[in-house]
Amino acid sequence: MNAAWHSHRYLPMTAQERDEMLRAIGVASVDELLADIPAGVRLSRPLHLPPPMADVDLLAHLRGLAERNGHADRLVCFLGGGAYDHWIPSVVWHLAGRAEFYTAYTPYQAEIMQGELQATYEYQTMLCELTGMDVANASMYDGASATGEAAVMARDLTRRNEIVVSTAVHPHYREVLRTYTRHLGMHVREVPYEDGVTSVARAREALGARTAALVIQFPNVFGCIEDGPALARVAHDAGALLITAVAEPLSLGLLAPPGHWGADIVAGEGQPLGNFLNFGGPYLGMLATRDAFVRRMPGRLVGATVDRHGRRGFVLTLQTREQHIRREKATSNICTNEALNALAAAIYMAAVGKSGLRQIAEVNARRAHYARSRLCAIPGVRAGFDAPVFNEFVLRLPVPPAEVNARLLDRGILGGLPLGLWYPELADAWLVCVTEARTRAQIDALVDAVAEVVTR
Amino acid sequence: MYPDDRRYTREHEWAKREDGRVRVGITRFAAERLSDVVYIELPTVGTEVRAMQPFGVVESVKAASDLYAPVSGRVVEVNADLLEHPERINQDPHGDAWLIVVEPANDTEWDQLLTAEAYAALVAAEGA
Repeated sequence: MNAAWHSHRYLPMTAQERDEMLRAIGVASVDELLADIPAGVRLSRPLHLPPPMADVDLLAHLRGLAERNGHADRLVCFLGGGAYDHWIPSVVWHLAGRAEFYTAYTPYQAEIMQGELQATYEYQTMLCELTGMDVANASMYDGASATGEAAVMARDLTRRNEIVVSTAVHPHYREVLRTYTRHLGMHVREVPYEDGVTSVARAREALGARTAALVIQFPNVFGCIEDGPALARVAHDAGALLITAVAEPLSLGLLAPPGHWGADIVAGEGQPLGNFLNFGGPYLGMLATRDAFVRRMPGRLVGATVDRHGRRGFVLTLQTREQHIRREKATSNICTNEALNALAAAIYMAAVGKSGLRQIAEVNARRAHYARSRLCAIPGVRAGFDAPVFNEFVLRLPVPPAEVNARLLDRGILGGLPLGLWYPELADAWLVCVTEARTRAQIDALVDAVAEVVTR
Repeated sequence: MYPDDRRYTREHEWAKREDGRVRVGITRFAAERLSDVVYIELPTVGTEVRAMQPFGVVESVKAASDLYAPVSGRVVEVNADLLEHPERINQDPHGDAWLIVVEPANDTEWDQLLTAEAYAALVAAEGA
């Protein structure tokens, strides 16, 4: 293909400059430059693009395209399942959006960036308090990949190669866990849930001398609160570790943190802490563990120290675990982090404070329980499971959940998650999420709408 | 500098025969190259090690390196003291800071190891 050359005021290279560059490297044309790319995979026609537009028209066009998405700013969102629509105090992105933070996606020449390092250190510290663990790293991609990293850690720590994962762990997390472990000679086995929570008896049966870790989610994919202490005991009795994935960290404002009841590694998703939904990413992978395991922990760690004059300073620490020093023997080949998202989480946690976090968690739980009881009062609608929940709960509906969602969408409501997508036995199940961002009026409107849809 | 009561590997471990067993450590050259050792990972008693395969890790403030077994065999003793005090590797690498004792699987591997003289020559070449 030899596309016509358009000069443009926003594209700095001229046709003449292009030709000079081609001459300098000794080829006659762009086609010749790209000759190594097989013809079969090259596009042999111009791109299907409309003709040039004026700026004003272009913006209007793009805005129109964007509005074809149903998003949480326009719709009233009752959808959770791993991504949560929370209220974000305006201070969070006012500060995180400052150029000195915003432009550096990861600290290079890190020790010079003391402000960035201190923010990361504070983030790690608050994450330890939130999870009840000794040490937290400074972020990974997302909750699912952090869970995969935790599984690899468990293999290295126990020198066992089997992972037992509850089917009450989010299916996406389980899929990523398989992807992570497939080529490391590890095996992933599943243990079923019963009445919405991981079966402790079945977990005991599933765990053996080859099991490196039991993986649970807390609260789990059904919003149910697992019997963490019992599952930790079962794992430890088998000489395995307990990995706990936390997709909704605000729940830890109210629930006993996994570190307090025996989790060895806490992986999780930090998006609910001051990060927008971002259409599914970038998100914020959290990883925390015990002191004794720190050398098997992947990712960035910031420590506090003093300089030769005794002044406090921050440094990247334990870097010998990392790939730029240890090459193929590194704990992980993860090579970037979500520093800005971690920063937002740190500002969020600092802004709301300990008691604020607890209050927000309480509001989540109260509103979710209010919604649950009102929805369950609708004839034909019943609770999916009896286990206690935080801000998400399963309902069984007399009308297919996808159909209910379609009807709610007409009313500007983004409905819950049809679980039949992943769990065939739950074809009539609907996972509803109610956060502190939902008002009483919005909840009442949802109840009225569902009543109308299912009784008609 | 390198005691001739023992043999050496090209990976800078020393091996010393004691009543049919082999005591293993790293050389002063390795300890100095690593700088301050901050962490060490050793196998447990009963582990089978193989000649010139990694059996542990030694980590300093600036690098992490594998430890290679000079001979194949079963680990019968581990210097657990080092786990708490890895800095001893810098202080006395040829003495108190030994790493493991191996019950060798055979005698043939011993002859592959370098003499003190050969090792000193190797180090002189590497150091240059």
